[in-house]
Amino acid sequence: MSNTVTWLSGTVLDEETNCGLTELCKLCGINAETVQDMVSEGVITPREAAPQSYQFTYIEIRRVQTAVRLQRDLRINLPGCALALDLLEELDELRGRRKR
Amino acid sequence: MEYRDYYQILDVGRDATQDEMKKSYRKLARKYHPDVSKEADADSKFQELGEAYEVLRDPEKRAAYDQFGSNWQNGQDFEPPPNWDAGFEFSGAGYTGGAEGRGHSDFFEELFGRRQYGGASAAGFQDIHLKGEDQHAKIVIPLKDAFEGSKQVITLSKATIDHQGSVTTRPHTLHVTIPKGIVEGQRIRLKGQGMPGMGNAPSGDLFLEICFAENPFFHAEKRDIYLRLPVTPWEAALGATVTVPTLGGKVQLKIPAGSQGGRKLRLKGRGLCTAKNSGDQYVELRVVVPEASTDEQKKLYKEMAELMPVDPRAGMVF
Repeated sequence: MSNTVTWLSGTVLDEETNCGLTELCKLCGINAETVQDMVSEGVITPREAAPQSYQFTYIEIRRVQTAVRLQRDLRINLPGCALALDLLEELDELRGRRKR
Repeated sequence: MEYRDYYQILDVGRDATQDEMKKSYRKLARKYHPDVSKEADADSKFQELGEAYEVLRDPEKRAAYDQFGSNWQNGQDFEPPPNWDAGFEFSGAGYTGGAEGRGHSDFFEELFGRRQYGGASAAGFQDIHLKGEDQHAKIVIPLKDAFEGSKQVITLSKATIDHQGSVTTRPHTLHVTIPKGIVEGQRIRLKGQGMPGMGNAPSGDLFLEICFAENPFFHAEKRDIYLRLPVTPWEAALGATVTVPTLGGKVQLKIPAGSQGGRKLRLKGRGLCTAKNSGDQYVELRVVVPEASTDEQKKLYKEMAELMPVDPRAGMVF
């Protein structure tokens, strides 16, 4: 067995990097129609609003993935997911503030 | 193998109706859903719950499970009696679906079969191509590692699929480079490091979320680092140059004369920086009042009171 270790480098999903519709669909395993629904229900907000030139920051990937799980596991509809995501983010911020 | 008390997990009686179980499942699923819950073991609780519901909502499986009787305790050592599954439809059918992407306990697998993708035979399996599922994990790193960039070794349980399509999980060690200036809550996507795909399809991705370990002195807010710095009254009043720790080592900080406790001083660019973004360190002054124990010290405070009369509560109008 060889002793060489391969160090993996990933992509940091930050607000600096954008992705288009096709990439978002591929990364999250959903179709364009679902993305469209998520945009109109406010689950995610594109940087570029016109559907043909949609640009999403990498931060939105988390919201999409969480929404997919909430829909699947808890049978929450998209407006409900949008609300849950906003509340979860607020909760996270408050918890962080309380720690200080 | 440990016995699983599915009724206890689902928090229902052994005579519960489908409707009661559904209600209880929904309620507990909301409580333990890993995206919603802050309970430390939410992940495994949610998995347990899914497994319990999967068995109990299926009348065949429930009947098979019920024949073991009600004398078993959750976690008790358990072996199913030979031929226990004779006469039940699901026997030999392998994995029966549901609870996608989640593992099952040994108990479940022994009773209801190992997970089989599509229940496929060896021949049929080769024709199915499906991208592997994404995996999500959290990694806790010291602040200093985030500041400098670091290399981390993590161990996750990773599933492998053999040519028959059955899944086994074993610990898998990953060596990951964490770039300098990563921020808490940020995620790193490691392409192809998730669950294996079926057939010729690619593996899923691994999403690693960064958490910071508690630090006794520093805390981070996005890219900025905060530190509370104790100073003496004369340092605050007269100004001073003091040595302050930063994540990158000690620096000299000039405290302006006439500073009050709570004043925040900024050390530019001493926060979590990347090539594109930079953060600062904020130093919050905390004035430490020296104790007056000797008569001489007490006299000095009284002299100060006469020389520098001040009403710190003058602005409090109520």
